Amino acid sequence: MSSILIKNGHVIDASQAVDQIGNVRIEDDKIVSVSASDEPADTVIDATGKIVSPGLVDLHAQLREPGWEEDETVQSGTAAAVAGGFTTIACTPDTDPPIDTPAAVQFVQQRARRADNCNVVVIACASKGRAGEELSEIGALVEAGAVAFGDISNPISNPELLRRALEYTQMFDKPVFNRPEMIQLSRDGVMHDGLTSLILGLAPIPAEAEDVMAARDIRLCEATGGRLHLTSISCSGTVEMLRRAKLRDVKVTAGICPQNFSLTDETLRSFDSNCKVNPPLRSADHIEACVEGLKDGTIDVISSGHAPRASEKKMRELTHAPFGVISLETLLGVVGTYLVSPGKLTWAEILPKLTINPANILGINKGTLAAGADADVTIIDPDLQWKVDPSQMQSNSSNTLFTGQTLQGKAAHVIVGGRVKF
Amino acid sequence: MSKLPPALEQLPSVWKRRHLLDLESLSAEEITAILDTAQAFKDATNDCRDKLSVLSGKTSVNLFIENSTRTRTSFALAARRLGADNIEFSASSSSLSKGETLIDTAKTIEAMQIDTLVCRHSAPGAAQMLAKNLDCCVINAGDGPHEHPTQGLLDMLTIRQHRGNIAGLTVALVGDIAHSRTARSNIWGLKKLGAHVIVCGPSTLVSRQWEALGVEVAHNLDDILPRCDVLNLLRIQFERQYTRPFPSIREYALLYAMNRQRMERAKEDILIMAPGPINRGVEVTPDVADGSHSVILHQVTNGLAVRMAALWLVNNVTA
Repeated sequence: MSSILIKNGHVIDASQAVDQIGNVRIEDDKIVSVSASDEPADTVIDATGKIVSPGLVDLHAQLREPGWEEDETVQSGTAAAVAGGFTTIACTPDTDPPIDTPAAVQFVQQRARRADNCNVVVIACASKGRAGEELSEIGALVEAGAVAFGDISNPISNPELLRRALEYTQMFDKPVFNRPEMIQLSRDGVMHDGLTSLILGLAPIPAEAEDVMAARDIRLCEATGGRLHLTSISCSGTVEMLRRAKLRDVKVTAGICPQNFSLTDETLRSFDSNCKVNPPLRSADHIEACVEGLKDGTIDVISSGHAPRASEKKMRELTHAPFGVISLETLLGVVGTYLVSPGKLTWAEILPKLTINPANILGINKGTLAAGADADVTIIDPDLQWKVDPSQMQSNSSNTLFTGQTLQGKAAHVIVGGRVKF
Repeated sequence: MSKLPPALEQLPSVWKRRHLLDLESLSAEEITAILDTAQAFKDATNDCRDKLSVLSGKTSVNLFIENSTRTRTSFALAARRLGADNIEFSASSSSLSKGETLIDTAKTIEAMQIDTLVCRHSAPGAAQMLAKNLDCCVINAGDGPHEHPTQGLLDMLTIRQHRGNIAGLTVALVGDIAHSRTARSNIWGLKKLGAHVIVCGPSTLVSRQWEALGVEVAHNLDDILPRCDVLNLLRIQFERQYTRPFPSIREYALLYAMNRQRMERAKEDILIMAPGPINRGVEVTPDVADGSHSVILHQVTNGLAVRMAALWLVNNVTA
């Protein structure tokens, strides 16, 4: 039996309403207690001045394997996750071939076991081939271990398919993941529709492309009684509709990616293709509405939306470069710099959105320090200032929005299944 | 004639740039310096007919990734009028059609020891990206709907020649403002030199958001026409529009074509300009395009003068 004692940390565990200085004791791969006891252990970690949180859970990260290994692999992506403080990630099915068969689910699980970095659960396609036409074999995929269903970077356009998916997944109590975007309104758009896009002459993605679709998605969720998670939202209209839907107890949840509460569309003035991301960087008023949504609980989750793209793909004209940024390794720093430092949200308000909330959406027993839970713990240094240097990152790709920037907040130690990984 | 004209013996002190990428980032003084230089070249070369040798030994390459005849020819002639060598590099016959990135293609050309790269591209920011990645001078010859600085400058030079000054004039840009790089470069340049700018066209192509930049937005040409000193009639573009932003060409012409009836409501000395290529019968009728108010062909000649000025200025700045 091996034991770990994490001493004198600021323990924040929303699942047990814990927010106090204390010690966390681990034996083998389970949490034993959160208490004042400092009985000796094999390994002692001094967490003075640091936050001790249940291991962070990411609700959607692209690992790109199989098919796009030049962008990321399960090995490199999970290493990035651990470096960023995550102990569990839900990987998305936008691979080639897409994850729409039990064999594909098992392939990723096997790769993740072999990588032995962090826990990986699999989001499988809602439709065969992510084509948006026919339901994938959801029952078989659940048996193989899939925890959620969505076509992710392909928003579900066909309303009948979404309705069917929301009805069918109820048999298995699994959520449907969708990113609301009405493609007839976004078309070839590359950035937020506003004064900046007008000046730069870059094709616009209007906020309505998101909130019109979010209205449809929420209504279908309510009508079917299914569970819907909007993976990444960015607009004030969407936040407002979600707020009202939650008052009616609609089973809808929502996530936001770090760039959508931190950087404005003005960032695109550099014409740097690393700023090209979907949902796009919005204007200050939308960011403010999203922060408000985070504060009042309308937005349940902060997820990385990690979307690695090899440099040869991003080294292009902004119009022709693919969407996406990497964010597993910068997420805590962006949260610390843009939400905590300016006093918008506290770590205690934020951490549930990175732990128990995403775990509950996935229906997995994670995101808690309760006695007997898996020993997944993230120790955060909230004061550490560090400079973002893609060459020092674990990800295979370097398409970050924050190169050269100094961020505040970083994972100090990451424990996965009772083993110190970082 | 090969001597430098007296007005051009030294670089205007305000000019410090090795690239000409847009008009948004230029000061009024820098814009005036280019216009003055262009005018001096025009005066010294018998309206851009004669050849100088001020850039002999320099090489300028036209890297045009989007179809263009007039701008390409204008840049080529401008380089030769200054004694520079000019090479054409076209997208269809190049490595770009084999999948090479723009940056790699441009770096390859640069490694052949050239001095200036003139770039036309369908993507906004393409010229900025090249300037960031290359050591040679870069001139933006149009980057998608973003900017077309030499077009804005030649339009201003034409107005200045006919009106003496730009400050205080009312200039209307009519047509597809949303997709027009010419409109954007005109807006920045004209505003900086003190003109009142109106953008006019269908509400689907002329955003109210332009007002945030101090530009007047209008959708009814007949309402604004009596106040205009200059009309710049932009081409209506049909490319890349999934749902056409107006019902028909006939309806567009009905609402916006500059024709004889509208000319009667205009100021007596109104200038009719068009960046071209013009669609006769769509934005302008033949009698107006060829009429006494039209300075469309003066614009083309001024294009040469402006491009001579731009090539000379960027090549004479030592980094």
